[in-house]
Amino acid sequence: MKLIIRISTYLLAILFALPLFGIIYMAFKDTKVEGFSVTIDNFIEAWNAAPFASYYLNTFIIVFGILVVQLFTITLAAYAFARMNFIGKGTVFLLYLIQIMIPIELLIYPNSNTIAQLGLYDTKLAIMLPYFISAFGIFLLRQTFKGIPYELEEAAKLEGCNRLQTIWHVYVPLAKPTYIAFGLISISAQWSNFLWPLIITDSDSNRPLTVGLAMFAKTSDSGAQWGVVAAATLFVIFPLLLAFFLFQRQFISSFMHSGIK
Amino acid sequence: MRKGKRMQENTMAWLFLLPSLIFLILFTLYPIIKTVYLSFFQSDLSTDRPIYVGLTNFKMMLEDEVFRKAFINNFWFAVGTIPTSVMLGMLLAILVNRKIKGTSLARTAFFYPVVIPMVSAAFIWLFFYTPEYGMINKLLHLLGIGDLNLLGNSSTVLIAIIVMVIWKEAGFFMIFYLAALQNIPKELLEASHIDGASKWMQFWKIVFPLLMPTTLFSVVIATTNAFKTIDQLVVMTQGGPNNASNLLLYYIYESTFRFMDYGKAATATVVVLVIMIVIAAIQFFGTDRKIHYS
Repeated sequence: MKLIIRISTYLLAILFALPLFGIIYMAFKDTKVEGFSVTIDNFIEAWNAAPFASYYLNTFIIVFGILVVQLFTITLAAYAFARMNFIGKGTVFLLYLIQIMIPIELLIYPNSNTIAQLGLYDTKLAIMLPYFISAFGIFLLRQTFKGIPYELEEAAKLEGCNRLQTIWHVYVPLAKPTYIAFGLISISAQWSNFLWPLIITDSDSNRPLTVGLAMFAKTSDSGAQWGVVAAATLFVIFPLLLAFFLFQRQFISSFMHSGIK
Repeated sequence: MRKGKRMQENTMAWLFLLPSLIFLILFTLYPIIKTVYLSFFQSDLSTDRPIYVGLTNFKMMLEDEVFRKAFINNFWFAVGTIPTSVMLGMLLAILVNRKIKGTSLARTAFFYPVVIPMVSAAFIWLFFYTPEYGMINKLLHLLGIGDLNLLGNSSTVLIAIIVMVIWKEAGFFMIFYLAALQNIPKELLEASHIDGASKWMQFWKIVFPLLMPTTLFSVVIATTNAFKTIDQLVVMTQGGPNNASNLLLYYIYESTFRFMDYGKAATATVVVLVIMIVIAAIQFFGTDRKIHYS
């Protein structure tokens, strides 16, 4: 029985990994010769055919721009919900809940309208704006903050800390695993974002990697070009995979300690 | 004095909420209201300004062949992806939640699809599925079966996409199940073992019920995913062939950006919003909240 479980685990793992091996094989395969020989021509050709350096830079700016603002907004809101009593708390909490029920992605039509009215069409800011708040992050962090002993806050108060100082010196350090878990989820989600930036951008100077890849593939969809598209696909996923392989342990353990159960 | 302090607390709390509230209003609450409002107006390339038409948009939507197809497809897409990816996630978690050689590697294999963008996953699977060059077809050739154009055939295209989405999502649920499994007290399992319960009984009587909150959470995530993610359609099928892989959000996307029919886009968005609210309501009232928040 144990052996069967073990073998089926391995088989499933191989099955899951196959697509990744497939794309790596295609990207490195030399299409000009019969059989398989390794080449990096596909990567060079892809890199020269589209402004991938600029796509990388855009993705970095967008992903980390969003994360920085998110960390700020979710910390303040999570603290207010976890530790403060105020008029309208229940009602406003429900409003945040709506964002969990109705994800921003469903509102592409009205939101693209709003961006146009703000005069922000085809800017990096337009890609970032809707994501500056994450209700998911607020709930996650609120849960963690609630678990922090109230005595610590009182002690900080006695030492003369004001509210913001208390959050900074007591809550933020103790919620580190939650911040890591949220940060990783946010980074991979924003790195992967596609439909919204596709709609809201129109120039290579603002396009992130995902949109750049799709645009690039559109112009080269004949079978002979596939090695090049495979190479371009690897450009998009490589940093994420590398980060994931390096921080896998931390990633999974942050998840387990973040209060999502 | 006390009253003053309470006022101060109120002001401060609202100041703390302000930064997130602005964006919540601007990109979630206001667009919802605006969409509902616009769904009662005709607004396309033939109208200078929106004209009030009452429920005409909804009537036209019901008669629209493409919308009906997208609606039905989305239903089957949800049925095909939600229970399967959640259950597979649970199975994978149980498989890798033990200390044998290679489990950490297996865990990586199950989880990496979650980390990569849907667009790149779509390209990877496009290479798999494509006739002639695609790997699945090469395999079929080896077995002596002819070419199969899985994405080009209206009877297989949705299944092909469902399979890919399950592969992409299962690892995400696996992580949550792993976290839940590690929280099950060891004594509980040991006690039942002493009482002579088989592994199978142990799973159904103890483990499965304790995993219930995770299952509910995962089902909710999988459900919203089934309606909000269409990146793969843009890359792989453009909703085709013959709208066989058209889903509701793709329909909204095409109405807005290809046909410039904004009344239609707003109306279809309202339909999706109603679906999401119904799902949330079922979940809220239909489940034992004690389980959910304990």
